[in-house]
Amino acid sequence: MAEITYREALRRALREEMQRDPTVVIWGEDVVAYAGGGAYGVTSGLAKEFPGRVRDTPIAEEAIIGVGIGAAMGGMRPVCEIMTVNFTLVAWDQIVNHAAKQSHMFNGQIKVPMVIRTPNGHGRTAATHSQNFDAWFAHVPGLKVVAPSTPYDAKGLLKTSIRDDDPVVFLEHLQLYGTRGEVPDEEYLVPIGVADYKRRGKDVTIVTWGRMTIESLKAARVLAEEGIDIEIVDLRTLRPLDLSLALESVHKTNRVIVVEEGWRTAGLGAEIAASLQEMAFNDLDAPIARVAGLEVPMPYAKNLERATLPFAEDVVAAVHAMMQRQY
Amino acid sequence: MDKESLVALYRQMVLIRVFEDRAAEMYAKAKIAGFLHLYNGQEAVAVGSVSALNPDDDVVVNYRDHGWALARGSSARAVMAELFGRATGTTGGRGGSMHLVDVKNRFWGGYAIVGGHLPLAAGLAAAAQYLKTGRVTLCSMGDGSTNIGTFHAAMNWAKLWNLPIIFMVENNQYAMGTHYDVHSAVPMLQKAAGYNMYAEEVDGMDVMAVREAVCRVAERARKGEGPSFLNVITYRYRGHSMADPDVQRDKAEIAQWKERDPITRFARDVLLKRNLVTPKDLDEIQKSVEQEVEDAIEFADKSPEPSLDTLYDYIYQQPVRNMQIAGSLIRPPTIAKDIPTNGKHN
Ligand SMILES: Cc1ncc(C[n+]2csc(CCOP(=O)(O)OP(=O)(O)O)c2C)c(N)n1
Ligand SMILES: [Mg+2]
Repeated sequence: MAEITYREALRRALREEMQRDPTVVIWGEDVVAYAGGGAYGVTSGLAKEFPGRVRDTPIAEEAIIGVGIGAAMGGMRPVCEIMTVNFTLVAWDQIVNHAAKQSHMFNGQIKVPMVIRTPNGHGRTAATHSQNFDAWFAHVPGLKVVAPSTPYDAKGLLKTSIRDDDPVVFLEHLQLYGTRGEVPDEEYLVPIGVADYKRRGKDVTIVTWGRMTIESLKAARVLAEEGIDIEIVDLRTLRPLDLSLALESVHKTNRVIVVEEGWRTAGLGAEIAASLQEMAFNDLDAPIARVAGLEVPMPYAKNLERATLPFAEDVVAAVHAMMQRQY
Repeated sequence: MDKESLVALYRQMVLIRVFEDRAAEMYAKAKIAGFLHLYNGQEAVAVGSVSALNPDDDVVVNYRDHGWALARGSSARAVMAELFGRATGTTGGRGGSMHLVDVKNRFWGGYAIVGGHLPLAAGLAAAAQYLKTGRVTLCSMGDGSTNIGTFHAAMNWAKLWNLPIIFMVENNQYAMGTHYDVHSAVPMLQKAAGYNMYAEEVDGMDVMAVREAVCRVAERARKGEGPSFLNVITYRYRGHSMADPDVQRDKAEIAQWKERDPITRFARDVLLKRNLVTPKDLDEIQKSVEQEVEDAIEFADKSPEPSLDTLYDYIYQQPVRNMQIAGSLIRPPTIAKDIPTNGKHN
């Protein structure tokens, strides 16, 4: 077992799947030459190892996705990299009207085994370059949507996504690429559609995914010192949504906070909170709370960016509020 | 081409013509709903093209797709049943008129977002190139789809990667009610020239001219000479869709184009002129086609609607664990009543 970065875990997943299946290719902007492979280094070295299978494309996101869909229809397993999630908007028609529709609308005759890899995130890049669209993708029937939080999950889920026969939107995170975690040397897979406990506890259930899992774990350490023991459910897959662990956990803790990075209104947290209260109303000792990003286009200034995003301290504050309030 | 093949081309064009006329009638009787875009006038384009391709080449087209599906070998029964929204349709009543697909014929659809299918077609060609299958992709589109971003993105990509693809514009000179001169800044062939792509202009009212052009460019693609572009000049006799009263086009213009009718012309200038058939033979073809379409209508009308139990089928090819937990999937289907049909737009 080695400790590697989230970036390296993704790279290893790509490498192993390319070794395993010659129909797996990587197409995207700057995945070959730029800085050794990929705007964020995920495809580093792969072009050299797999000649002709990693290709730079024009800056035309609608075509990167569309050509990927067609190639998948034609018998390949393309992994299409969109440099950041912000640019998927250019390809939204291809993702929603085409990738997501093929199987159902054509009555199972067409399958689209492709992966769309793209990072959410921020980094002093202002409003057009600092967004999180988890909820948008999760809204669409026909897509599978995953958002791993750890190197272990990132590797296992990417391998599964590449082998999956449906279009998978694979949401990475700019702030997670450099994070480290243990990853086994031997091969393993993480199934799509299965949530995971990232911390066991008894007082409050945190339901979250992606970067906010890591922030919630930080919050858990602070809270543990105060004697508050939180349980963290990492959804890992956002569509289809696996709420079974969240339900199990609520049954025990009777308190839930949904933590997400994106905008709160019509966010995924709203869906999760609504579903949990439908299914577990009698288990709840308090209204379900939400921690989310503030609803503004992300500003550039350091202090404003920081204030807009949710961090561990927001999770701590939400837990305090829930524990202190009398019902 | 031998006599049988030539007569077969004629029969296919007549089949499409009769099919479309009867579909219009079924729309008026409310057997068909939604948008119905008919192919009358453009028959030579699909029939000529398909006759030039191999059975395992890939074909991708826009929503004006009945003629293509029929030419590519879907049965009149399956296509009519799809228009009726029945379980026996090409996609079991899921897609309707605009989204016909028949993958056994490598007919990949039937796409209703203007320009949306162009990158998909390039992707099919990229797969053929990568997997070395020797297949060529034929991607047909309307003149109106040559201004949207995907057109330029797909043209550039296809040329850049030297893909085995034919971009065919069925240039009927109108995008809904908007004439070419109102929607495009440059002549059509100049758009291909912008990507240094081999291009030809083709008389779309002449089935043999279409066939020969597609043969030429398919051959190029198979030899590794890359993509090409065909500007096929044609005309649609009816409005954009059944919802279009067709008031914007000049009646004299329509009449002029009908004088070049591809079916009459092929019968007169090829079949009869070369003594391949007699007028009586043509009457018999007409009758047998009418019978085939009548049978398709009866078949469609008698076919069951898709079962409600199938509503969630194929949202995913590969179901995942815990699927039933996803909020959107736990609701059992119920019958919706009084859904208004026959939209007044598009
Ligand atoms: C992206 C998009 N915008 C608008 C429409 C509505 N629309 C449907 S068909 C059409 C005209 C297309 O004309 P053309 O490409 O010439 O094809 P034709 O109908 O002549 O075969 C329009 C505007 C659409 N379906 N998709
Ligand atoms: Mg047109």
